Order: sequence, then structure tokens, then C-alpha cells
Amino acid sequence: MSNEAVISGGLHVEHGAGAAAGHHGHDHEHHEQHFVWKYIFSQDHKIIGRQFLVTGIIWAIIGALMSVFFRLQLGFPDSTFPIMEKFLGHWAAGGKLSPEFYYALVTMHGTILVFFVLTAGLSGTFANLLIPLQIGARDMASPFMNMLSYWFFFLASVLMFTSLFVETGPASGGWTTYPPLSALKEASLGSGLGMDLWLLSMATFVVSSLLGGLNYITTVLNMRTKGMTMTRLPLTVWALFFTAVLGVLSFPVLFSGLVLLIFDRNFGTSFYLSEIFIGGKALPHIGGSAILYQHLFWFLGHPEVYIIMLPGMGMASEVLSTHSRKPIFGYFAMIISLVGITLLAFLVWAHHMFVTGMSPFLGSIFVLLTLLIAVPSAVKVFNWLTTIWRGNIRFNPAMLFALGFVSLFISGGLTGIFLGNSALDIHLHDTYFVVAHFHIVMGVSAFFGMFAGIYHWFPKMFGRFMNNTLGYIHFFITFVGAYLIFWPMHYEGIAGMPRRYYDYSAWESFKHFQGLNAFISIIAMVVFFTQLLFVLNFFISIWKGRKMTTLNPWGSTTLEWTTPIKPGHGNWVGEIPEVHRWPYDYKDDGHGGDFIPQTLPLRPGEESH
Amino acid sequence: MSVFIIIALIILVFIIIYQIGKASEYAVVLRGEEKVKAQANRAIALLLLVMFALGMWGIWECHEMLKGRLLPTAACKTGENYDSMFKYTIIVTGIVFFATQFVLFWFCFRFQQSTKRASFYFAHSNKLEIIWTTIPAIAMAILVAIGLRNWYDVTSPAPQEATVVEIVGKQFNWLIRYPGKDHELGKRDFRKINDANNVLGLDWSDPHNMDDIISQNGELHVVVNKPVKLLICSRDVIHDVGLPHFRMKMDAVPGITTTLWFTPTITTEEMKQKTGNPDFVYEIACDQLCGKGHYSMRGTVIVQSQADYDKWIASQQSYYAANNPSGAPAPARPAADSTAPKKDSVKLVSMK
Repeated sequence: MSNEAVISGGLHVEHGAGAAAGHHGHDHEHHEQHFVWKYIFSQDHKIIGRQFLVTGIIWAIIGALMSVFFRLQLGFPDSTFPIMEKFLGHWAAGGKLSPEFYYALVTMHGTILVFFVLTAGLSGTFANLLIPLQIGARDMASPFMNMLSYWFFFLASVLMFTSLFVETGPASGGWTTYPPLSALKEASLGSGLGMDLWLLSMATFVVSSLLGGLNYITTVLNMRTKGMTMTRLPLTVWALFFTAVLGVLSFPVLFSGLVLLIFDRNFGTSFYLSEIFIGGKALPHIGGSAILYQHLFWFLGHPEVYIIMLPGMGMASEVLSTHSRKPIFGYFAMIISLVGITLLAFLVWAHHMFVTGMSPFLGSIFVLLTLLIAVPSAVKVFNWLTTIWRGNIRFNPAMLFALGFVSLFISGGLTGIFLGNSALDIHLHDTYFVVAHFHIVMGVSAFFGMFAGIYHWFPKMFGRFMNNTLGYIHFFITFVGAYLIFWPMHYEGIAGMPRRYYDYSAWESFKHFQGLNAFISIIAMVVFFTQLLFVLNFFISIWKGRKMTTLNPWGSTTLEWTTPIKPGHGNWVGEIPEVHRWPYDYKDDGHGGDFIPQTLPLRPGEESH
Repeated sequence: MSVFIIIALIILVFIIIYQIGKASEYAVVLRGEEKVKAQANRAIALLLLVMFALGMWGIWECHEMLKGRLLPTAACKTGENYDSMFKYTIIVTGIVFFATQFVLFWFCFRFQQSTKRASFYFAHSNKLEIIWTTIPAIAMAILVAIGLRNWYDVTSPAPQEATVVEIVGKQFNWLIRYPGKDHELGKRDFRKINDANNVLGLDWSDPHNMDDIISQNGELHVVVNKPVKLLICSRDVIHDVGLPHFRMKMDAVPGITTTLWFTPTITTEEMKQKTGNPDFVYEIACDQLCGKGHYSMRGTVIVQSQADYDKWIASQQSYYAANNPSGAPAPARPAADSTAPKKDSVKLVSMK
């Protein structure tokens, strides 16, 4: 494996035993590369990872700011906020959000956070950064495709961002964009040009995701260094590998769904449309099914939530083990549960559709398969808990976020047991219970996994540390804030309060939650500003943070910490190290240390894991 | 002006917090890294434990504060089953929640870093894995069993004697059609829809349509203790008939008819007394985002005694008669009915 020559897009990277020390690449690597090739159209996986991360952070700020705006409306429906007019113009004339733009904000918030931040920003960042570094590869299988993956994401970003400024506003049919609402321009302002741009952007995004995913899979399967068997891969790599598998198998289905929607919108087809009277006239469409779109959408949509969750699971496993100074408990059980989640992820999509009038029998199958996911999820939780048991826990920000990840994953996972059971979903569907559930489990929890990863690998990315104190403040406010925001929302959902309402004051059954909504909005704003503190910490630390002086600051066993403090393109100077053991040997090394790197051969008499 | 002051204040707070963060780094240098880190580690371990305790107290307080704002007793049999199933699920998940969260935070505190102790090398145990694979699997099997019993109950075919009512969603109100004296809903065709005099596109060549009553004010009248079957449809985009007090909902999809049936057990008047709220009303909430007026797409369910219902239905004019006052009376309906007071047909639930 290590003797393979990788040829891609004109860049030859020879690596392995045959290459002389220091001679691991293209001639250009020995000269200063031009800024454009080094940082913009870079083919270095570490730079591409950082590009995904920075773009993701920018999107996260935009997406979160949108939630602040619509929380202002929800919390204080009778007040006006002139500052909103400065941001949103005529959509918030007089400081009062219009219903159309409220729905546009809700839609964009969901789309941005789910796809641009927690898919591209999360697995784009960490699959790029960690896969080659942790498996011992010089770069991805195809660095050029990898670069394209980022630039397609960038193009998708530009299209989506543009849609915020069109006259009829961005898409406003919810992040799921169910037709006919999203298919008919008459149905809503946001179903005009904004929706076309949404569809184009998402189609481009799928291309980006596939280019990335194929690359990650190929790299993990083919580019591992000598001795790095699949059962010696860190769980981060396993998780990112399954994330890519999920994406590659499910995104094409979304793509087909989107293409059919584009056809219905523009070319007069009737895939999703039937018997519709709107805008004062009956449309000619007959025979389509609006439910078909939901099947296609959720065939991606459900795996998508695992695309969001798995990287966090992998990183939390790695961080919990490293900072507890203990091996991850049940390494194989962790891999098997990842396999289980990946398989089941494809078999549960219709639990989002229990109340669409689907056959009750079909529904019951999806209930069974959905609740089955609780089993591998429970296995993971118990394994994490046992990992920290009798550990020697260091509470740095990365560890705190990994622990927070576990706490939130438990809380959000348990409410999934309610929603996956159709007999309960029939009441809870599309209420705030759902909002609370998915925000805790795939919103905040996934973010916590991401934060854990950022704090943990920041030194590897930038050769400096982030400020710890700010990290602690960030953790505690975010953790407490997340529960304060989303815990009470469950009560609103149990009371049947529907999601995606602009105003509840006319409803006898829901208006008494007004005070609670105001409370939630205030906390949401505090949490938002705390995230800005993180952003500040992140960017200032890139240039001003405490410098990393040792190769392996966390005392970690994995390969990425054997690279130079600031690794160049090609990662290792000289040969790629050989791997001799599994990645979680946190035990007495015989010299007073508490870990043994993967690169050290087994001692005489030592059993391999 | 005040906006700028607020922004300036926020920036100031940021600078202060940032400086505190920066200062802590210098403190580390001055006082020795190991010592400061050990201190911080102890403080955080304690803080996590305190946070857990406060969290549990917060959960209790939150429950005390909000339990009175939940829905009243379910107003139908399947709703009661829902409530009891919800309770069982809460018990199962609640036990897991408290146990695992406690363990998580306790381990954090108990196994915080200490120089006196090395971590325990414990990499796997098949026995443990089998235990915590089996127990959740059994718990899930029980919940699935309860769930499917209720699911087949709530989705079972409606009884023969059920009153059939059609409810059609449109942007942004509900149109409700009662079958009239012949107890039969006539055919309709979306191409015949006309907002002026045929909101549902009734096919006038079908005699069953002549006595059908359409209420456009979103009021669904049902008889207590008598099953009612809803035929759910949409004229334009997907809506959803959400009936929180009956613990059920069903999508209204253009081109597809879905159904939902239930037997209301408590009249609106009784519920007013039970809840002590004179304004109490069963509400129909649209639960599927349907456009700009989604949040105002409100209907009501009036659960009443058979006598009250009969009185109400007798006062209703057929849709045909209401829209053809000068024309020939509907064939299937006595002419006398056309003189009944016109009610409930114009007051649309409008957006704020």
C-alpha cells in the first residue's frame, strides 16, 4: 500500500519506503507556492479541511443569526425591533418581521445548519483533516477531486446566499421543501426564484458531497499505511467512513427528488402534483403524488441525520478516550454499532411520514425498525460511560464538549423513542416536541461533537492552542443554555403546539406559552452571543494563540500527532510511520508514561488488542 | 441611538471576557502550568457535579411550572390510550435518562485527574456488551408492542355507524362538508371549483350533492359518543388536520383522500367546566407548513349532544340552495329548507 504512486490531476505524490527522506512530492513543494495555489485552489487535504471549516463557521453565524431574528418574533410578537429593519430591509418594515420572511428565515436556518454547517462544515472539515493524518496517507486518493468538492460547496454557498437577496425572498417552504407548496409559484412568495436557487444550490451541494464522499471512502480503503489494518483505525476514521458511505448512497436519491421537482416547477411535468386549484384556477396536473417527494426526500433526509451524528460520535469517542487516559471501551462493539446505525439509517425514513396517510401496516414496520436504532445507540452510550469509568479525566474544553455530547445525545435520543413510535407520533408530529428532539440530538449534540473536534485538533490545524478559559465559558453557557432552550420546548410539544407558526396569540390552546417563548428567545440570544465568543477565540488563536511546542500535546496514540507541528503537503517528512498496534493503548508504557503510540512495536510478551 | 449603546455594550463585554481569557494564560505562565491546570481540573469537576444537581432541580421546577399548561384530559378513547402510553414511555425513558446522566456526571467528578491514581486499563467485555444490547432490545420490544396495539387501534377502519364528514384544507382555512339528509357525500372535481359559488367543486350532476352542507368558518360539529369519520383532502398544498385534544392528526394531501376517525367523549360545554376556562374550545391546527398564513389556519371542533347537533344541522342551508337562491330548489331537498337562516357561510377565519 505504501508503495503506491498516486496520480491525480497532474500532481504526482510518491510516497513510501522508496522515496528519499524529504522527497515526498512534487517539485513545487520545495519552493514557496503562490498564495493562490497554497491557500485557495489548494489540493492539500489539510487546507481543504480548513476551508470547509471556515466556510462552515461563516454559515453557522448566518444561520444562527436567522434564528435570533425569528426567535424575536416568537418571543415578542407584539414588539417591534427597528434593528431588524437594518438587516432585513422591507421584510421587517417598521421592525416587524413579515410572515413570509419569517418562514423564509426558518427555511434557510434549517437548510444552512443541516447541510452547509453540520454536513459540509462538519464532515468536510474532519474527514479531510483526519482521514489522511490518522490512516497515515500523504493526501486523499484524489486531491484534485477533493479540491473540486470544496469548490462545488462554495458554488452551492454562493447560490444559496444569492437567494437571500432576490425580490421574492429565499425559499420559504421549510428545509424539507415539500411540494406542492415548493412547486407552485402561486403558493408562496418563497416558491419563486428563491426556490429555483435553492434547488440549484442543493443540486450543486449534492455534487460536492459525492465528490468528497467517494474520496473519503477510497482513501480509507486504499491508502492506509503499513500495518494500519481496518481494525487498527481510530473510531473517528470509522465514523467518517460510514458517514461517507451514508452520503454516497443517499444523496443521489435526494438529487433525483430535486430534479423531478425542478421538472414539475419548470417543464410542466406532474411527478408531485395532482388535482390542485390555486390562484383562482385549476391546474392541469393530474396523477402525481405529493407523497412521492417525501419518500425521496427522507430517503436522504433520515440518513442525513446520521451523516450529521456519526462524525460527532467518532470524535467524541476519540476525545473521551484520550482525555480519560483510557482505551475506548468496546472498540469492536463501537464499530458494530456504527455498522448497525448505518444499515438501519436506510430503513427508517418513513417514520417522518406516519401521518401522511400511509398504510398502517407499512407504518408498523417502520416503527419496529426505528426503535431498533435505540439498541446500537444505547450500546454506544454505555460504552462511552464505561470509557470514562475509572479513568483519569482531564477537563479541557475538548473533553467537556465530548462529555456534553454524550449528555445531549442521551437526552435527544430518548425523545426519539417517543417520535419513532407511530401511536405517539400521531399527536407529537410537527409539534415543538419534534423541534426540541432534533435540535438536542442532531443540532446541539452534533455541534458539541464538532466543538470537541475543533478544540482537540486545533493545535494540529494551526500549530497553536485556543484559549482554555474562553473555551470553558463557551462550554458552560452553551451547555446550560441548550437545555434551557430545548427542555421546556418538549412541554409545548406535549401540549400539541405546532411548529413553524409565526404567531400563537390567536390560539386558545397555545397562547399561554407566550411567557415561555419569550424566555426561550432570551436564552437563545445569550447562547448566540456566546458562540461569537467562540468564533473570536477561534480566529484570534489562529494568529495569537499559545504556540504548540511539542508534537503530541494531548499524549495521544494516533498518527496525526507524529507529524511535524506544522505539517506541509505530504504530512510526514520522510517515511510514513508504520503502525503496530490499535489506536487506544492508553496504558503503562513501562517508562512511567500512560500511553503507547500506534507506531511503537509490541513489547516482548505484550498481547495485541 | 439605544441600538448603538447596546452594540457597544456587547462589544465591551466581549473585550472584557476576552481579556479575562488572555489573563488566565499569563497566570498559567506565572504560577506554573501544572498547578494551575490541576486546580482548574478540580474546580470543573466540582462545577459539573453542581451543574447536574441544579439541572435536576431545574427539571423539577420546570415541570411544576408547566404541568398546568398541558392539554386537558383526552376527549376520546384513543386519546386516553395515547396518554397512558405516553406515561409508560416517559417512565421507561425517564429511568434511563436519570440513571445515565447521573452516572455520566458522577464519573466525571469521581474519576477526575489525580496524580495518586492511574487509569484502569479496561478495553472490552463481551458480557457487558451483551447485557446492554439485550436490555434495551427488550425495552424497545415492549414499547413497540404497546405502540402497535394503539396504532392499529387508531388506524382501524371506522365503524359502520360513523358519521362521515369531509374536511378540505385550502390556503388558509378549512372547508367542512356534511352529507345532508341522504347521508351521502356527492362527487366532486377540482376542475369545477369556483371560489364564488362552488368552493369544493361539487358535481351538480350528482344528486347526492344537492343536500350537502358546507361550512366555511372551520367549525366541525360532531356528536358526543358517536364515532365520526373524517375524509381529509386538500385543494392546493399539503395541510394537516391537527386535533391536539383528541391526540391525533392527519395530512391533507391534494389528490389523495386520507381518513381519521374518533369518538369524542366530552362535549365542548363539559370541557369548559372541566378546565374552568369559559373560552375553552377544541381547536383544529394546521400542522403542515402551507404558506404565509399557515399559523392562522384554524378550525374548531364543536362536540355537542345529539339534540344540539340536530338543531344545528336543521338550521343549515344546503350549499346548493345557499348559492342558487333564485334558481330551482335542489331536487333532493325540500324547498322549505332554502328559507332557513343563512349562517356560518361567510365568516372566514382570516389572517391577522
